Amino acid sequence: MPRMTMIEAIRSAMDVSMERDDNVVVFGEDVGYFGGVFRGTQGLQQKYGKTRCFDAPINESGIVGVAIGMAAYGLKPCVEIQFADYMYPAYDQLTQEAARLRYRSNGDFTCGITVRMPTGGGIFGGQTHSQSPEALFTHVCGLQVVVPSNPYDAKGLLIASIENPDPVIFLEPKRLYNGPFDGHHDRPVTSWAGHPLGEVPAEHYVVPLGKAVVRRPGSAVTVLAYGTMVHVAEATAEETGIDAEVIDLRTLMPLDLDTIVTSVKKTGRCLVVHEATLTSGFGAELAALVQEHCFYNLEAPVTRVAGWDTPYPHAQEWDYFPGPARVGRALRDMMEA
Amino acid sequence: MTDGQRLSLHVPEPEVRPGGKPDFSNVPIPKAGSVRRPEVDVDPKEIRDLAYSIIRVLDREGEAVGPWAGSLTDEELMEGLKHMMLLRVFDSRMLMAQRQGKTSFYMQHLGEEAVSCAFRKALLPGDMNFPTYRQAGLLIAGGYPMVEMMNQIYSNDADPLKGRQLPIMYSSKEFGFFTISGNLATQYVQAVGWAMASAIKNDTKIAAAWIGDGSTAESDFHSALVFASTYRAPVVLNVVNNQWAISTFQGVARGGSGTFAARGLGYGLPSLRVDGNDYLAVHAVAKWAAERARRNIGPTLVEYVTYRVGAHSTSDDPSAYRPKEESEAWPLGDPVIRLKNHLIRIGTWSEERHRQMEAEIRDTVVAAQKEAERHGTLHSGGRPSMRDMFEGVYAEMPPHLKRQRQQAGV
Ligand SMILES: Cc1ncc(C[n+]2csc(CCOP(=O)(O)OP(=O)(O)O)c2C)c(N)n1
Ligand SMILES: [Mg+2]
Repeated sequence: MPRMTMIEAIRSAMDVSMERDDNVVVFGEDVGYFGGVFRGTQGLQQKYGKTRCFDAPINESGIVGVAIGMAAYGLKPCVEIQFADYMYPAYDQLTQEAARLRYRSNGDFTCGITVRMPTGGGIFGGQTHSQSPEALFTHVCGLQVVVPSNPYDAKGLLIASIENPDPVIFLEPKRLYNGPFDGHHDRPVTSWAGHPLGEVPAEHYVVPLGKAVVRRPGSAVTVLAYGTMVHVAEATAEETGIDAEVIDLRTLMPLDLDTIVTSVKKTGRCLVVHEATLTSGFGAELAALVQEHCFYNLEAPVTRVAGWDTPYPHAQEWDYFPGPARVGRALRDMMEA
Repeated sequence: MTDGQRLSLHVPEPEVRPGGKPDFSNVPIPKAGSVRRPEVDVDPKEIRDLAYSIIRVLDREGEAVGPWAGSLTDEELMEGLKHMMLLRVFDSRMLMAQRQGKTSFYMQHLGEEAVSCAFRKALLPGDMNFPTYRQAGLLIAGGYPMVEMMNQIYSNDADPLKGRQLPIMYSSKEFGFFTISGNLATQYVQAVGWAMASAIKNDTKIAAAWIGDGSTAESDFHSALVFASTYRAPVVLNVVNNQWAISTFQGVARGGSGTFAARGLGYGLPSLRVDGNDYLAVHAVAKWAAERARRNIGPTLVEYVTYRVGAHSTSDDPSAYRPKEESEAWPLGDPVIRLKNHLIRIGTWSEERHRQMEAEIRDTVVAAQKEAERHGTLHSGGRPSMRDMFEGVYAEMPPHLKRQRQQAGV
């Protein structure tokens, strides 16, 4: 089977989708001739032509608004916002329009768009190249939210998103594009080459939305994670020797509650980790759900480890990032509770 | 099915891509001195043609010609040359520092030095710029200490912004430089608001808004034009057209409007286009527009026609999307060489003095760099504290953040 990095897998997903269905169109800032600043669309314009893969003016609201209009016509746009930090001008179009076309027209108009955006920190990008805005989308009824953690999932989830009849926000942890990252920023960079999930079929397949996966089975505590934090959680479990069950949520909306509840009922403990700021983050929703569904099985309070409630700083990147030290401390505290 | 015409989508493309021969023969360049200089209180309707021309002062021989010439003394011109050279050397040193791992990121001005350096000289103390990341000339020509800029770039323990901001995202109210945002175009409309405030308070200060060609596509650009036009805000609306927005050529943002200056016409704004590589022309036009604002006549849109000679940033490699030779072929030349030639032509400068100044400037910049590096660089030496990360989110730290800071152990 071919090996791919995560960005190659994402490109392959768009390639396969454009090949199968000429209603799939791809555009965004710098995605045409150049193939995207992270090279996610490299070669697509050459292969499918300028009217199916092209550069957009720098106007995120326009990019999403135009995609909605195209979807209303019947196309399947998969657009790129260069960094999730730049989606805010598009927030009106996403939350008030894309999310509600189906509901307000009673299915007369629908909005099968996919909006890709690189998310998260770890690249010294400072406050406007590091944000994790997933909770701003999970709070909006009508949007679906996907966060892959590896090349195999990224491709299958992106194909599923493009084929989905409703809008999908596809958040790509940019720190994972070229290799897994467990939060040990002082160690040598690793690549996807040696990773089992770097094996990616060249052809079409889907990873269905709404299905979580157990990345590391364990009995002592359940760790709920997505994106980069999946790798941090796995590494922390190994390093602390705490037998944590690490669940990769993959899709935040719809959420695979069954997998979560089954695991927490088994372990009796639950730690939620995310890179986004703590307050009103998606972790709050997860903690509430676990508490509602597993209250009588819990042996410790549901705990969260997240980004501090500050903008993402530049120099203090690793003080900010919820790495293995903080996750490990939380795990140990929970085991003592 | 009607028998209507089959539609097709127009997708603009630059004339030449890598492998092709750069060709700017389709870019009309008016002769220096050929564009008229209207009175500042001219009815905008009467100068619509200026949005499609290019105001130029320096001709090919280095002579300053036409009605826009003469806004600066010889001493001011020599100072201008020095500012541009300082900026250029500063850029090359910081670019190298980034390659050496002393910081994470850098963006240079190569080829665009005249725009921000000359514009700054049309402002007065108290005026406020709302810049993008490519106007460090405003700081250098405004006398801001270079070592402070380097401290910010290095995120060291003397960084005035406490390591919170990406390198080059400077901020200095004292020097009329609004805090730079990474989110494009947001500052453009804020500049209009600052100018409106000055008018509300019957003050005398004016604002200058800055944006790149690509970013004029953002809604905030158009919002700025509406508000500026409606309230006749005392603001100069600058568009730096350096032909490229990362890999995207200016035609994608410009669309069918011919020029970026022409964007102002629909809003009834006087809109000028100027040779951005001509220090004298930039200054003369900036002065004209600043005077309109200062005399309460209203806003002006100015497009600076220039060329981004370097990469977009240290994360970019332009050879993937434009011919390497394109900057050589750019018909408006190099702003430093053009001003130098002018000064030699009028007899106030010589090759030898130029070389001497080059060496002096190099020494100045290297000395500043050494001083900054004594404080530290991104990964070594003194750095901002973890406490700094928690401060400044609010005027007063709320309880939840105090708890988090405690949890972090600082
Ligand atoms: C809202 C927003 N969208 C996208 C970006 C990413 N981005 C940074 S610079 C840039 C190109 C800007 O080009 P231009 O306005 O021409 O300015 P120049 O870099 O040429 O000075 C882009 C797309 C951003 N910073 N903010
Ligand atoms: Mg530009």
